[in-house]
Amino acid sequence: MARSGFSVSRLPGFATIAVLAFLALYLPILTLVVFSFNSEVTMGNWGEFSLVWYQKAWANAEVKDATLRSLTIASLAAVMSTVLATMAALGTTRRAAFKGQTLIYVMINQPLMVPEIVTAVALMIVFGMIRTLTGIHGLGYLILAHAAFCIPFAYLPIRARLEGMDLTLETAAADLYASPWMTFRRVTLPLLMPGIIAGAMLAFVVSLDDVVITEFVKSAGQDTLPTYMLGQLRRQMTPEINAISTGLLLITVLMLTAFFLLTRKND
Amino acid sequence: MSPAEETSARTSARNGWILSIPALVVLGLAAVGPLLIILLYSFLEAGTHGNVVWAFSTKGWSQILWTKDIFTDTYVWADAHLSILWRSVKLSLLTTLTTFAVGFPTAWFIATRPPRQRAMWLFLITIPFWTNLLIRTYAINEVIRNEGILNVLLLKLGIVSEPLHLMYTDVAIFTGMTYVYLPLMVLPLFAAIDRFDMRLLEAGYDLYAGRWQILRRIILPVVKPGIIAGSILVFVPSLGAYVTPRVLGGGKQMMLGNLIDLQFGQGKNWPLGAALSLTLLVIVTLALLYYVKVANGEKRNG
Repeated sequence: MARSGFSVSRLPGFATIAVLAFLALYLPILTLVVFSFNSEVTMGNWGEFSLVWYQKAWANAEVKDATLRSLTIASLAAVMSTVLATMAALGTTRRAAFKGQTLIYVMINQPLMVPEIVTAVALMIVFGMIRTLTGIHGLGYLILAHAAFCIPFAYLPIRARLEGMDLTLETAAADLYASPWMTFRRVTLPLLMPGIIAGAMLAFVVSLDDVVITEFVKSAGQDTLPTYMLGQLRRQMTPEINAISTGLLLITVLMLTAFFLLTRKND
Repeated sequence: MSPAEETSARTSARNGWILSIPALVVLGLAAVGPLLIILLYSFLEAGTHGNVVWAFSTKGWSQILWTKDIFTDTYVWADAHLSILWRSVKLSLLTTLTTFAVGFPTAWFIATRPPRQRAMWLFLITIPFWTNLLIRTYAINEVIRNEGILNVLLLKLGIVSEPLHLMYTDVAIFTGMTYVYLPLMVLPLFAAIDRFDMRLLEAGYDLYAGRWQILRRIILPVVKPGIIAGSILVFVPSLGAYVTPRVLGGGKQMMLGNLIDLQFGQGKNWPLGAALSLTLLVIVTLALLYYVKVANGEKRNG
């Protein structure tokens, strides 16, 4: 499009609003990050650049405990949901439409549609019953809940990848007398890998970020990093929370960058 | 279809189901199935110390709207619930409108950048989208609280002599929700505008349409599916918002999500909480069905 003079797609004021919107999106996050490096407690005083709040967070046993739990749950939930989502994606793509396929789609995408608070309350009731009946406590409940709501996030990139792969290579492998399992392991799986990794990363980020469902499903002493932060927000806040947030933010940005590079290269 | 083809189709369908079943089992256990428990609980009686008594009752549902006056023993409107319901709907609609007013120019801006730049702007929208909701809410908290950066700046510049009390108000919740849900509006709008054929604009200008007419008569009708998708994506989580009103409303200015939480906590009225959850679920489902209807209609029209 010609740069000079009249451009048909230019609408007056739109660029200004857009730039302001980007500023509005980033300034609060930037503020949060900047003040994590402030040696003073209040935002009114800027002492000096310091890592004291990071040291405090690092030395905080509760934070360490919650971080470890968050990472454990996110890893296990990501692995579980990715395996299940891969299978489901293989089952629902590249074959003739079959009866009940819509039902499968609806169920897989259900966590995206139902408000989190509703699922959270429902799980609290059901898992509470199971806890009382069996006497089994532990992280299993949180992992199962996370795996469930991570499935649609893992499923979408895997399915997208599969839909872009035609069946010719698999047919060729079968023609060369490869068993179905061999074909899957040597042909389908390697081709599908970028989608699977992308799906697993999204699932990991989504699990790591969850607040509402975790808050209702966890039992005492099972705080994850986000629920620990939520609890802290009720009290007198110090920039320690900023430091923790910045750490979590960094993980998200790194994962997203990797995700984008991964999906772009294979377009 | 020949018998052989029919058998192979049946095998294919069976394999499709077998591969999907493990995911469906996990979803059934920890996502879909538990919703049925809520339906059951909404028709039981509340226990004195929380939980339920296994006796049929429709109190959970009637208590959404009416409450028994303990002195006169008559039923009166449950004002507290109604005002929370109204606040939820009002703030969600306001959030949807505001994110559209800001999000549409933003999406247009991104879609009309040269291809190289476009990826960067899109990435810049995606980062807040995937950033922890709690962190983004906390970031707004850092800006608007009494000792927050906004008040620090206003005081230092002498614009105000006392800090503005923005926290724990409807304005705080509205600001927070608009902030956290803006990317949800921009992304589907961008997808719709990206497919928009800019030659339509040339045609419009050739026919002496003004900018306003171009926007209203050409652009908005063509990108309507994106507008509806964005609005639903913002309205649905706004209505069920829990974290943002809890942090920025401070338990004083509740929304539906917090009212549900309250019934399972201090309120000790699980059937009412269950009935409120289902009410929320029904509204959300209706909104989604409307979206599916419109989206399918658009597809059929080309």
